[in-house]
Amino acid sequence: MTTGPAGALYSLRAVTKSYAGRAVLDLAALEIERGEALALVGPSGAGKSTLLRLLNFLEPPSAGELRFRGQPVAAEPPLDLLRRVTTVFQRPVLLQQSVRDNVAYGLKLRGLAVDGRVDAALEQVGLQALARQPAHKLSGGEMQRAALARALVLEPEVLLLDEPTANLDPYNVGLIERIVSDQNRARGTTVVMVTHNVFQARRLATRVGLLLGGQLVELAPTDLFFEAPRDPRTAAFVRGEMVY
Amino acid sequence: MDVLPQLLPIILLSLSVSGVALAIATLIGLPLGALLALRPVPGKRFWELLIYTGMGLPPVVVGLFVYLLLSRSGPLGWLGWLFTAPAMITAQVIIALPMVAGLALTAVEGLDPSLRLQLRALGASPNQVMWTLLGEARSGVLSAIVAAFGSIISEVGAVMLVGGNIEGQTRVLTTAIVLETRQGEFGLALALGTVLLTLTFIINYWLVRAGQRRETAAWRAEARPGR
Repeated sequence: MTTGPAGALYSLRAVTKSYAGRAVLDLAALEIERGEALALVGPSGAGKSTLLRLLNFLEPPSAGELRFRGQPVAAEPPLDLLRRVTTVFQRPVLLQQSVRDNVAYGLKLRGLAVDGRVDAALEQVGLQALARQPAHKLSGGEMQRAALARALVLEPEVLLLDEPTANLDPYNVGLIERIVSDQNRARGTTVVMVTHNVFQARRLATRVGLLLGGQLVELAPTDLFFEAPRDPRTAAFVRGEMVY
Repeated sequence: MDVLPQLLPIILLSLSVSGVALAIATLIGLPLGALLALRPVPGKRFWELLIYTGMGLPPVVVGLFVYLLLSRSGPLGWLGWLFTAPAMITAQVIIALPMVAGLALTAVEGLDPSLRLQLRALGASPNQVMWTLLGEARSGVLSAIVAAFGSIISEVGAVMLVGGNIEGQTRVLTTAIVLETRQGEFGLALALGTVLLTLTFIINYWLVRAGQRRETAAWRAEARPGR
């Protein structure tokens, strides 16, 4: 039996990802539980964003086994599987449409009615007053909130966040963190976030993992990760030292 | 004025031949251009080069090719299309298709490369990604359609060869201009030229307005409240 432990939403075994022969990810094992908030930290180039693309089934692993709900994921996953997961990217690219149409886009893709869910999502991120604005006229923080709304309106089983608050002002950082936290704790959405901000990881995550050179150095409950790290590289990273 | 009854069928045939050819070229060319921009097609650079070369095809060469194809002894001679409107449409599709596909390809390739990944992450199927990206590249797509229309409504070499300029059957504005010029009817030729230019202007205006309306619908905004 090769399935992950009971309750594991994702199970990765000996997963690697290479581009043009260069390995950027090499994970011996990783399980992600239903309903958890997992933060992945590490320096640039550690393989964090690559891992998110694998978890969103946007790319297949080069080798190894990726399972979702105990089932192996094919290299070309079916659309209904792809639609259980969504990602909010560090630099969201919005469509040249109104904010509301951007938020409604995923519902339209699924052939679902554009109903009160769109307005509720816009209200959740505080953009209802700007719903009819052209999306390209939004500020950086507003764009990121619109991107979050277009993900939340889909009520995904898994919400992946790739440095969602990088380069944002404290107001928008606080707002986005509150929404993500509410989504995870009140609605039970599994959240996997990549962040350079260890304080953010500490505020939001139930578990934190450190990636270095494509390998998972340590994965632990948030308190243990910060208070009693087992690996000296984790301890150094938590202290704010450069680790590679 | 007794010129109008003669002129009207010529105008209508010009519009219908080029309109149908443009519609066919657009329906094939837009997905083709997007496919080449988005998918790892084997020999992609070769196909791109072929399309870009096709954008510069001399209409008379296309006419010759279609003529040989449709002539009685040609491989498609059994269709009996030579010197008919379908032959003219075929030639104009060959002229317009590379233009639509090539400019659509360039327009889609010019979009933010991250957009495609983000659309997939929102659950778009490959086809939905393609049509969304073509919509995002609508200015370039519109340019492709306008340029293709301009090239076929104004070309004379291909339609002359495969249509034969038969009065009441295959005579279009451009072949009529050539005929009247040869007969020394310069006034009539100029008048036909003016009609052609006016029609082209009106259709391009309509195409551009249609594109702008789509954008305006998306951009129509209430006054942004202060924050």
